Order: sequence, then C-alpha cells, then structure tokens
Amino acid sequence: MKLVTVAGPPSSGKTSVILKLIEGMDMDKGSIGVVKFDCLTSFDKLSYQEAGIPVHIGFSGKICPDHYYVSNIEDAVQWGIQSGFDLLITESAGLCNRCSPYINGILSVCVIDNLSGINTPRKIGPMMRFADIVVITKGDIVSQAEREVFAFNVKQVNTAAKVIFVNGITGQGIFLLATFLKLARDIRTLKDLKLRFTTPAAVCSYCTGETRIGEAYQMGMLKKLEFDGK
Amino acid sequence: MSTKDFVTYVKSNNLVDVLQDYPIAKDFLANFRLDAISKALPLPQALEEVEEETLDEFGLDKHGMLQKFYMFMENFAQREETSTTVSSLTILGGLNKLKKRESIELTIVSGEVVSVVGPTGSGKSRLLNDIECLAQRDTPTGRQILINGEALDEIQRFEMGGKLVAQLSQNMNFVMDLTVREFLEKHANGRLAKNADEIVEKCFLCANELAGEKFPIDTKVTQLSGGQSRALMIADTANMSNSPIILIDEIENAGIDRRQAVELLAKSEKIILISTHDPLLALMADKRIVIKNGGIDRVIETSDTERKSLAAIEKIDNTLQMFRNRLRTGEIITEDLLR
Repeated sequence: MKLVTVAGPPSSGKTSVILKLIEGMDMDKGSIGVVKFDCLTSFDKLSYQEAGIPVHIGFSGKICPDHYYVSNIEDAVQWGIQSGFDLLITESAGLCNRCSPYINGILSVCVIDNLSGINTPRKIGPMMRFADIVVITKGDIVSQAEREVFAFNVKQVNTAAKVIFVNGITGQGIFLLATFLKLARDIRTLKDLKLRFTTPAAVCSYCTGETRIGEAYQMGMLKKLEFDGK
Repeated sequence: MSTKDFVTYVKSNNLVDVLQDYPIAKDFLANFRLDAISKALPLPQALEEVEEETLDEFGLDKHGMLQKFYMFMENFAQREETSTTVSSLTILGGLNKLKKRESIELTIVSGEVVSVVGPTGSGKSRLLNDIECLAQRDTPTGRQILINGEALDEIQRFEMGGKLVAQLSQNMNFVMDLTVREFLEKHANGRLAKNADEIVEKCFLCANELAGEKFPIDTKVTQLSGGQSRALMIADTANMSNSPIILIDEIENAGIDRRQAVELLAKSEKIILISTHDPLLALMADKRIVIKNGGIDRVIETSDTERKSLAAIEKIDNTLQMFRNRLRTGEIITEDLLR
C-alpha cells in the first residue's frame, strides 16, 4: 500500500483537494482510503462518505495533536492494509504551525491557500518547510502576480519542494498532483521510520492539566519570554 | 556561480557585504529569525553567536543552516529567471463528452490571439486545463498538447508545469494590502528582475493607459475599481510575467480599453486564449475555437467580412460607452444622441 500525508492550515482546502485527487487518480472505487486526524470536531466525514470513500476519523481532544498523530499513524497504516487499500491518505489539520506530520520516506503534501496572506508561507513552520509537494489553492480568485509572489515565498523557505496550483472546486491542476502521488513508494509498516521533525517538547505542568497562572504552578519544560528592562 | 563558488564567497565576505550584493539574503535571515545576527562577520562566524536553541527550533544546527543558506543563494541569487521559449502551441484533438473524435489539429503561434466560444458548461475549462497541464493523451479528453511542435516527456512537463500559463479572470481580486508601487515592486523582486524600478514604472504607465479612470501610484491595490484592477493585472502580466501563454476568462466591459489590452498582450509575443461571449473580443482574435458537447466542434478563422462587421460593433460599443460617460458626469440621456 502507498501512503501519502496531507497537512495544512484549517480551511486551506485539504479535503477538497483530496476529494478531487481521488477522482483524478483513476483507481478502483474503494481502493483509496482516508484517515482524518482532527482536534475537536470535523465535518469532513460526510464529504468523504458522500463520495463513497472509506474514511476513519480520529480526534486528539486534550492530547497534543502531533503526539496523537505519531502514536496512531502505524495503526492507521495497518487498518489501511487490512482494508485492502492500494493507497492511504492521511489528512491532518493545521496543528500548531510548529509541527508537521511528515515521515522520512513517505510522500508529504502541504496545502495552503492564496488568501492566507503573502507572507504566510514564510511564517508556516516545518509543515511547509519539510513538505515534498506544496499545493496552493484558491488561486482562481487572486491576481496572477499574487500567485507568482506567493509561490516565490514558498520556494524561499522550501527550495526543493514541487509547487502545484490546484483549484479545489474545478480540479484544475490535480492532474500534476496525481502524477506525483503515483510515485509514492509502497510500504507494509512504518515501524522504525522517523518523523522529519520533532514534536513539541513536553512535559510541563500545563500538559498535565494545570490551569492556574503564576510561577508557583509552572514546572517541567518551560521557556520564558524576555521583556526589556528585566 | 556554482554552489562551491557560493561557499567560498559566503565564507570570505562579511554578511553586510553579502547583503549589499544580494539583497534577497535578507529574506533568508528573516525566514529563520536571524535578523539580529551580527552583520560585521561572515555568516559561518556570525552563526557561532546564535544560540543553538534558536536554530534547533527550525530543526537545524549551524552546519544545516549554512547548507540551507548556500542552497537558497544558489536558487535565488541568480540573475533574472530564464523563461522557456515557446514559439508555438499545438492542440491535437481527442474525444468529446459523447466519445466522438475531434478532428482538430490547431497550431497557435506567439503573438496570435485565439478566442474560445461556447455555452457555459460546454467544456471551455476542460480545454484550458489540458493546455495548462500539457496533456499528453492522458487526461479525460484524450487531447495532446505540443510545444514548439514537439511532444513533451514527463520531466519537461513538470519542469514547465505551472510556469507556462498565466491566467486572468473576472473573479480575480487583489488581496495584498499594498500600494500599486509596493505591489509591482514585490512582483519585480519575486521575478528577480535586474531593472526593477524601470519595469515598475513601465507597468504603472501602461496600466493607466488601459484604465478608463486614471489612478496615482500610491493608491492601495485593494481600493482600485474593477476596471483599474483589471488594467493593472493586464499591464503586469504583459510586462512582468514570464509565462509565454495567457489564458483570459472575459475582460469586463467597463472601465478598461479591452481592445488595447488584448493588443498589448499580443505585442508582448505571448500566445493568448480568450474565453468570451463578447463579439468585440471574439472578432478581434485571429481564430476562434467553438466548443460543443465537451469538445472542439470547429475552428473558425475570422474572415474579412466578419472583420468588417467589427467596425459596426465597435460603433455600437462606443455609443454605449458615450452613454456611460454621460451618466457618470451627470448629464441627461436623450434619444437624439443615437443619431
């Protein structure tokens, strides 16, 4: 089975891109499955079910979404293999700008949209910097110049990435993306493979449920902001 | 310069000089939160003073950061981007939605304008998609696109993909909160243009020539009217975009000189396809592709007779334009103005 990880900020168009992509992959119905990692709620299950795509959704809830992802990804892969998929796509929400759900050797796609602001590519962390493919959506409603500047800013922080413009509504551009996805390698397990980037350093008292504010309650891994004159 | 040359160059020059020679290096420092780094030293030494934790937050150590910088410089410190020379585009027919063959082989050369006509949903965007992804009989339409008369292998296709086609459509807006000047400068810098100031000035003058109502260079792009926005986008595409093919989805009627706009784009030696319902635009084109049932039904060459009627259509258009201007300036509209 092939595995592809798709990540991106909330509402950047991940689900639309994946739906169009599955249409464009030209593979048997039911041979592509999706696992969606979300935080609290998700409305994507319906979209996938309507399209007849097998989907599994997981909510991280009070657990750090990245830790949740890493601790469940191998199970997701085994679910996919047992379900007889040829391709499994994992979709994960924006997480925290610092992290990325990418694994060495596993094709990774970051979806961002043109409306998110011209400097956004430079601000998004490993989620964009470590992706193999950066998909830019919503290009149909901004000017050509803005599309070009946006792509340029993506290239600045991820020089090696393939940048593809995709229209999540019409599917324009999906063909290129589908062709790249066919190059993803086959896997049987992720065991012993490594994340491309570490998940956040824990544990501090707030990780374990502390809610009170003040130095007396702060323990464990901490980082303090320095203000002038201190 | 090769990567090796850059390594030597970066090691032997203080950062302040590197920034002077390659202003784009400033972006790199900002991207990795290294703005405050000591500029009086070469980067390798300056990095010694940076806390490891800062670098670690980007998943890098000093060595990794230096490697990133060399790679960045190799990619962005080049002189102007080289664009692919495309002198012709050929569309070889595939199948329409009824699985009937399109018996079409159409070659469009640079500087030529071709319009695409057909009812909504007839398959105009399928054609434009095929062109954008340089279809090689592997899209739903089964069409093949040749560049300079030749089929493309996978590698060429993906190298060209995304850079070949510039698009202009009615739905497009500016979302950057910048003045016209800043906007054009940003684009010029993104293109790594050498003579940025000159190009910015040229684009601005050109946009004002196309726009019905003039605008100053320090206007916010988000405050431009529909016609002014379109004029700026067209001037920018003609003068700054490297893409040899332009796909246009209608040019609105108001606030812009459409004819001049199309002429300007054609003059920049680009291949232009306009999807339109506007007779004025469609007849200005050298040829028009008629789309029906998801396929190319036929290609009509604009005849002399058609061109003659263009003058009459233009007259009607001018009359409407005159009415619009009268409305705008608060004058009264009367029937005898039609005579």
